[in-house]
Amino acid sequence: MIEFRKEFFADERDDDLNEVGKPTRRQDILGHVTGRSPFFDDHLFDGLLHMRCVRSPHHHARIRRVDTAEAEKMPGVVRVLTGKDVPTNLNTLLSLLDFGIDDEPILSTAKVAYRGEPVAAVIAATEAQARAAVKAVRVDWEVLPHVLDVEEAIKPGAPTVCEVYPDNKFIYHGKYDHQKLRFGDVEAAFASADHIVEGRYQMSPIEQAPIETCGAIAAPEQNDRYVCYTSTQALFFSLGTAAKVLQTPSSRLHFIGGTVGGGFGGKVDSIHEPLAVLGAMLTGRPCKYAWDRGEEMQVGAPRGAERWYIKDAVARDGRITARKFIGYFDSGAYTRLSSYAIIKGVGHLPGPYTIPNVYADVYCVYTNRTPATAMRGFGITGVDFAIENHMDKVAETVGVNPIELRILNSYRDGDMKAHRREAKNCALVECCQVVAEKGGVTLSPDARAATSLTGGGGERAQIPNFTATDEHGRVEGFDTGSYAQKASAAATAPQPPRTLPASQQPTSRPVQPPASHQPAIPPTPAAQPAQPAPPQKPAASRSGAMRFSSLSGFRRR
Amino acid sequence: MALHRGRGFAAINYPIGMNLGGDPSQALVHSNPDGKFTVALSAIDLGQGMKSVTRQIAAETLGVPVEDVYVDTADSDTGPHDMGSFASRGTHRMGNAVIQASQEARSVMLEAAAEELEVDAADLVTDGRGNIHVKGAPSRSITTMAASQAAQFKQGRTIAGRGIFLIPLSEVDPQTGEMTPVSCFAHAAMLVEVEVDDETGEVAVLDMQSAYEVGRALNPKLVEQQLRGGAWMGMSHAIWETTEPYYPSRDHGPEDFNAYVMPGPGDLAPHHISVLERPAPDGPYGGKGPGEMCANPVLPAVVNAVYDAVGVRVDDLPVTPEKVLRGLKANGGAKPRKAL
Repeated sequence: MIEFRKEFFADERDDDLNEVGKPTRRQDILGHVTGRSPFFDDHLFDGLLHMRCVRSPHHHARIRRVDTAEAEKMPGVVRVLTGKDVPTNLNTLLSLLDFGIDDEPILSTAKVAYRGEPVAAVIAATEAQARAAVKAVRVDWEVLPHVLDVEEAIKPGAPTVCEVYPDNKFIYHGKYDHQKLRFGDVEAAFASADHIVEGRYQMSPIEQAPIETCGAIAAPEQNDRYVCYTSTQALFFSLGTAAKVLQTPSSRLHFIGGTVGGGFGGKVDSIHEPLAVLGAMLTGRPCKYAWDRGEEMQVGAPRGAERWYIKDAVARDGRITARKFIGYFDSGAYTRLSSYAIIKGVGHLPGPYTIPNVYADVYCVYTNRTPATAMRGFGITGVDFAIENHMDKVAETVGVNPIELRILNSYRDGDMKAHRREAKNCALVECCQVVAEKGGVTLSPDARAATSLTGGGGERAQIPNFTATDEHGRVEGFDTGSYAQKASAAATAPQPPRTLPASQQPTSRPVQPPASHQPAIPPTPAAQPAQPAPPQKPAASRSGAMRFSSLSGFRRR
Repeated sequence: MALHRGRGFAAINYPIGMNLGGDPSQALVHSNPDGKFTVALSAIDLGQGMKSVTRQIAAETLGVPVEDVYVDTADSDTGPHDMGSFASRGTHRMGNAVIQASQEARSVMLEAAAEELEVDAADLVTDGRGNIHVKGAPSRSITTMAASQAAQFKQGRTIAGRGIFLIPLSEVDPQTGEMTPVSCFAHAAMLVEVEVDDETGEVAVLDMQSAYEVGRALNPKLVEQQLRGGAWMGMSHAIWETTEPYYPSRDHGPEDFNAYVMPGPGDLAPHHISVLERPAPDGPYGGKGPGEMCANPVLPAVVNAVYDAVGVRVDDLPVTPEKVLRGLKANGGAKPRKAL
């Protein structure tokens, strides 16, 4: 049921290696199959405490008061944490890359923006006691109007989900409320097309569903350090996030992981490590914070929903001459990684095809639902579903065999892609041919003779002489970080930019002009809380935060 | 009331590594006096085989048997920085870092061997079975163990190496989206056969025929594991799974595996896989990273197959029986196309 087709690209490979290419048995398989590989949850220290969160029952609500008094008196309860106990109670995951504005509280104090958002964390001797005490925490809610649909959320007058982005759209490069892709002139191509094919596609939210739910166990280590056993997919992301949130030098944190019971993207968010370490700091005892299955499915970030609109200009023979995308990523209540996935998605458009005119506006939209995050194929799976569904409609419209349509439009070595880099190392044509052969689908002689190595480049390597650009969605007053930000856009546009009539809607602005990396509105009134007295007071507020971008010298101001 | 069969096709490519680069991975390699090597990383093994593939890469580069290499990963006190195991970056980024670290360690090992054999290190080769010998003269040889012991106790050399792999960060043009997103792509094509019950709206995937181009298959068994599991995951996304069945409504959200609908063993379709290997010029021994992309072609292929079978095109995932039945009703019954 599996074959290796070594005849393809054989002259590009040396197949005579000692170890690479061999079906060697996994290093860790004996431990796994005998149940002895240690996962984070196997580090059950003596005296281990258990943390459970008090969560919002509402999609959107202001927090008038959190009363933990009764819960604190419950059997086994050691401590109840609220936002004021978290040294830096606001973060965005990609702040380590200097991308985006801190927008998400660790334990919310001002309001909640999704059902399941944590507002307090109970630490108790047993999990059952922690669960019981969670029910005893009284929260006085003022329910607010909410919005759940991406296109509703960006209409004027929609409830603001996250005050940092008042119009419910992430701001790209401090300039636009969406990520643009402009290559050639799609409108001109639509005007002269033989066929126009349009579609709307909806990718569903999906749970990563690892067998091991997300979690961490932290404990005081000797010499005033803390050890943290974690299921993270990104050890230094979690360590850096914990250092930032806890205002602790990273040298005081000892993170151990590496053997994880499935991740699929759902274990990047670094939710558990900061709170588990904080619990260990404030109680002086080992502390475990992990999701149960219900939390994993409804509170843990899923693969976010995506909505795509695609419009193609198609010639009679099946060649696609223009493709336009409008995309909406449902980020949920906070940014996490959706903003970044959109850039990845935009760099992927228009899929593995060479199309001379491509346009995309892709929005990262905030709605009152669980924040979305990474999952297998992040930024790509949803739009590939849309593109390949759409390709079938194109094939039907022009009456071309669906496999031949792909081969006809396939990108080849040397072609110019819409993000203005040359394609290389292509192999789509060959994959199509192999599947057609296996499936008994007869291809035309042209489609059979095609290769990824030939037919590309030349005219297909050219950047269009004219690219239609525009300023719609322009915003002012934002700085969403310097990550991968091009200093001057105008300098890179060799063609005279054509400014489309600007939409007359008012320019989006943050409520207050934020200083860089400060939230427009501090969602936590007590952002600098009375220190919860961790054993050592940090010297500087951001000393612990490990910014990969600054370490790598990428930061620019 | 009939069962209708249809076929659907999709083709995709997939960017390898963190979009835009700027995502370093580091590796440290050192030998003990017995000539056994430890590779220290901070990469995460999620079950995909991170430890195993880096172990093979280290053994290949060092020129020692794979049993002589152990990968120790994800202890922040001992493992150097790595961005993490996501974005199909593990094999590509970490594999390259391990190659660089292993090359440095290997060169010291060969210098130590050269000193013992009184030859030029440039004339030495490894046989991958624990021996170092003069090129073309296998009898003039020394074991990697003896070379390591000599380095440690006689010559005072550290057989160790450091490696890092970093694709520099690319900028993004806000106006045009010009960028350098990634350095290589994996590819796939997929033909799926489904059976649709026009009475219940249920869809069964009967068969999957695929071709995956993954760069060099560094370990064919690990590649197969990814492709097989990933394709079933894609099948599951297409017709079963979602955390919000009536999205954008949040009602009826599942909280356990009874309500979170997934295929059982009896629902899994046979999958006939063909692997193509076009080495990535900058990949470790040409490897790319098959893990993420293998699910992607299945989603649209299933949707296209349902349309081929009964003429109902479901543009909203997942393809639930309810959506199929509503589509059939709107169309006035099944309209098989059999176009493929």
